This record gives sequence, C-alpha cells and structure tokens, in this order.
Amino acid sequence: MKVKQLSLFLENKPGALSHPIKLLAKAGFNLLTLSLADTQQFGILRLVVRDWQKAKKRLESAGFVVKVTDLVALEVADEPGGLARVLACLEKAGVNVEYMYGFTLKHEGKGLLAFRFDDPDQAIAALQRKGMKPVSSAELFKRLED
Amino acid sequence: MSKNPNAPAGTFHPVSAPDFLPLPQLRALQLQRLKQIVERAYERVALFRQRMKERDLTPEDVTRLEDISKLPFTVKTDLRDTYPFGLFASPMQEIVRLHASSGTTGKPIVVAYTREDVQVWTNVMVRSFAACGLHEGDIIQNAYGYGLFTGGLGAHYGAEALGATVIPISGGNTQRQLMVMKDFGTTAICCTPSYFLHLIDQAEEEGIRLKQLPLRAGVFGAEPWTESMRRRIEADSGIKAYDIYGLSEIVGPGVAMECECQAGPHIFEDYFYPEIVDPKTGKPLPDGEEGELVLTTLGKQAMPMIRYRTRDITALASDTCDCGRTLRRIKRISRRSDDMFIIRGVNVYPSQVETALLKVEGALPHYQIVLTRERDLDVMEVQVEVTPEVFGDTVGALEQLQQKLSRSIESTVGVRANVRLVQPRTLQRSEGKAKRVIDQRKL
Repeated sequence: MKVKQLSLFLENKPGALSHPIKLLAKAGFNLLTLSLADTQQFGILRLVVRDWQKAKKRLESAGFVVKVTDLVALEVADEPGGLARVLACLEKAGVNVEYMYGFTLKHEGKGLLAFRFDDPDQAIAALQRKGMKPVSSAELFKRLED
Repeated sequence: MSKNPNAPAGTFHPVSAPDFLPLPQLRALQLQRLKQIVERAYERVALFRQRMKERDLTPEDVTRLEDISKLPFTVKTDLRDTYPFGLFASPMQEIVRLHASSGTTGKPIVVAYTREDVQVWTNVMVRSFAACGLHEGDIIQNAYGYGLFTGGLGAHYGAEALGATVIPISGGNTQRQLMVMKDFGTTAICCTPSYFLHLIDQAEEEGIRLKQLPLRAGVFGAEPWTESMRRRIEADSGIKAYDIYGLSEIVGPGVAMECECQAGPHIFEDYFYPEIVDPKTGKPLPDGEEGELVLTTLGKQAMPMIRYRTRDITALASDTCDCGRTLRRIKRISRRSDDMFIIRGVNVYPSQVETALLKVEGALPHYQIVLTRERDLDVMEVQVEVTPEVFGDTVGALEQLQQKLSRSIESTVGVRANVRLVQPRTLQRSEGKAKRVIDQRKL
C-alpha cells in the first residue's frame, strides 16, 4: 500500500537541483513525481521512481545523502471538498500530514496525491475504514505505463 | 636483552626489549644514532646541508644529545617546496616504497622508505601492538585506509610481523566491517576513533551487541581525540581504547603508542627523538611543559627528518610508567599550534568545535570552519556535511539539527557560530590531519 520515496539533501545553490536530475536522466530513470522543499540554505528534493533501490544506489555513489521514506498515494475526487473529506478522516484518526504533493496523472476523474504521514500504517487503516483505498506501487506504475 | 622484571605479565614481546632499556643505555643509543643521521642528511640532503652551513655547523658539532637544539628545524613547507623527491637521502634504487599525504593546499607531500626503513616501521608497529597487550593469535581488523595514506600498510605490516591474523578490510563499508567483526571473531580493530563511534551506532541499529563479541581492543589514531571519546567508546563497546600517534613525515603510525596503563602514548625514542619547543620562539622547553612536539628520526635512511615541527601541542611525561617502559610519553594532543584562531577575542581550537559536533551527532562529521569579517565583525561559519545518520526527510528536522549544532558550539566554545549544512563530499578531506580552518578575514 505504501510507495517508496527518495529524499535528497541539497544545498541551496545554482546547479544543486540539476545535478541529481541529470544523473537520473542519464541512468534512464523516469520521475513519476517530485517536490522540492527549501529554505534559504538548503533544500530537500523528494521524488518517486519505479526502481528506487537502483536509483538510490546511483545517487549515493555520486555522493548524495538519500533517505527512503514511505508515502501513501491517494486518489482524491477532483471536485470541491474532495481533499477536505480525506483530511477530515485523517484528522479524526489523529494522523499528522507532514507534507503532500501531487502526481501529474489523473484517473477516472480523480486526482492523485502523495502524502507523507507521521504514521503511514495508521493513516492507511483510517482511510480504509472510510472506504478510501490508497493506490499501491504496482497499480501506480501500471497506470503510468498505460 | 633480558625481560624487564617490571613489565606486566603477558605483555612482553621480544621485539619490545628497547621499550625497557635503562635510561643511560637509551640515551647512548640515541646519541649514536643522532650522529649517524645528521651525517647522512648533511652528506645527502642539499637543503639540510645549506641550512647547517648558514649556521656554521657541521655534523661534528653534535657531540652530546643536547646539541640537537643547535640544529635547524624542518617544517612542512620544506616538504612541499622540495616536492616530490627533494629531501630524499637515498637513490631511487634503494627506495622500496613511497607514500603521500593528501595536501589540503595543492601538492601532497611525499615520503620514502628503504627496505630497512620499512623494517624499522614494522618494528615500532609490532611494539605498538604488543604494548597494548595484543599478540600471536589475535585477529586484527585493520580498518585504516590502504593506499598512499600510511595508516593501512603501516598497521598491516606490524600486525603480520606480530604474528597476529590480519584482516586487511581497509576503511569504509560499515555493514561489512560489522559482519566481518562478528563472523571472523575480530579481537582488535585499527581505525580512527570517530569511525569506531560510528561503528558503535551502526552495530546498535543492527542489533549487534559489541560487548558480546570477542573484540577487546581498539588502536585508534590518525586524528586528535579526547578522553571523553575514550570513555564513551569503552562504555558503549566494552573494549579498551588505545591512542596511537604518528605522522607520515616521520614514519606513519607507530611513532608513539599507549601501553595497557593508558597513560598517554610512549614515544619509541630509540627511533624518534622528541623535543618540546616554544611554538613561537622555537626555544626548547623542559619535560612536563607544554609546547610544540619536535621529532627527529634516528633511524630513517630514505628521508631523515631532523627536528621536524609537528605543530602538535603536547608535553612530555618523563615519570616512570607503571608498565616499566623507560620511554617518555606524550600528553593527549588537544590542539595544533597552527590551527588555533582568535575570534572576537576568544581563542578557539578546532578540537573544541569537534567536541561540540560530536556531542550532537555521536560521530564526527566532516566539517570546516570558515572565518569571515562582515562590517568589522568576525563571523565564524561551521560547515558540516550531512550524513545519512542525521539526515531527516523534513525541513523541520534539518533546521533542528542546525540549531542543536549551533547551540552546542556556542556552549562549548563560547562564541556564536553559524552552522551551514552542506552536501557530503563537498569539503576537502584527508585521511590524516585535515586543514580545518579557512580564514578569509583580511586583517
């Protein structure tokens, strides 16, 4: 149910972002989604790729610090209140959203969001109780290739 | 030579006999060797001969050990200025090994060994291992880097000659280090103390209980460390942590090594003659007083070093050690004479910053101190490489780390520092002693 995400530490300076992106491009990795969190001094690049173990090795051998974290990919109805319903469910379960960002693909009128929770398993359980089903990695990759 | 009756049982190795020489004999041996080495350097090393002539000195002027203080110093820049082979006293046909230390500014320095030099080095390394109670049958995991750096091969030759079993695993790959340590039954490890702290943390994460392994001793060197690091290592891993001292300009590891009393490294004085001088005036200081350590190689053929200024600040302890060794000991090297800087009126040594970083991170990260002056105000920035161990995936976690480091530095050093987190491998590194301070202030 969980999707692996790679987080990279970057310094906030020109070229810092393009270096890992070029590296992954050269090695033939397609980025399913990514987001960038930044402060004045540093940033964290977060990305999802299919073959994350290989990508991690490749990045690490180039000297990057890479952390693997679990995301939950969730379909959210593309209509007013779609996201609010999901958040309400999580709030009730006491799960904290650390951050979230979107996938570019849309499926059957639903948008797809990537969530980072403090407790992914608890979040998944809470969502499932409300009939909301996270999208698995396998399903995610299948859709992207269709 | 007979076994010294004062030596603790079980620690004596035949090769260690010179450790216990009665002082008059030791001094006589030192004088004899000093005369030979001065003569050799005078005949074969142009720079040394020229400096002797400038002082109106010839090798015949050395008749007593105290005469050493008349001789000119050798400094690190001499090795750079004569790069690569300018200080060699042997033709290349007689040189069997070259090592180099990574330079922090431009060219490295190159050091050379004849076959005899390698034997001397091996001899002091055997005595080093024996001093901390290692012997035949021990399994020594050598995690110093193999290559141009002297640490790897120096420890390797010594451990083999001791009759121990050597695992030449070299540095890095922490998981493999732990696997080997556990599966091969390692009884002693050689590495930097900060790397061992990292191994301790990693072992804990992997559920490996170091205290239940056969590992009993660590030979730690190649970077300055503190008594508090020793206490932490010993408490967390159940081993004895020993301090080994060396520098490639002199021979590599094995210039001095602690015995089982852990009262500071004994200098192998029959090969390395120690002096303490005032770092500013160069005047010799008596034993017990703190100053810069100056070393003269008494047995090195390929590259004799006469009165080499180590830049390490320490003192010589000449009181008798409980182990019975007559060799003088150096106090823990807490700082280097060329590393101290003054910021906003406060004297700061990089080792203090190190202690502060260590407190927060557990292991010592790569770091660099950059001093700048902004509108007449000195600013200290400490750049710290982010390691996988401390990298959290959120901005908040990183900012927290930054603040913790900054607070720790302020409380240890007494000066506020800006901490900048940088990507790994972006700071210059060396396996020996790195240049830690970059002073960009235009005073």
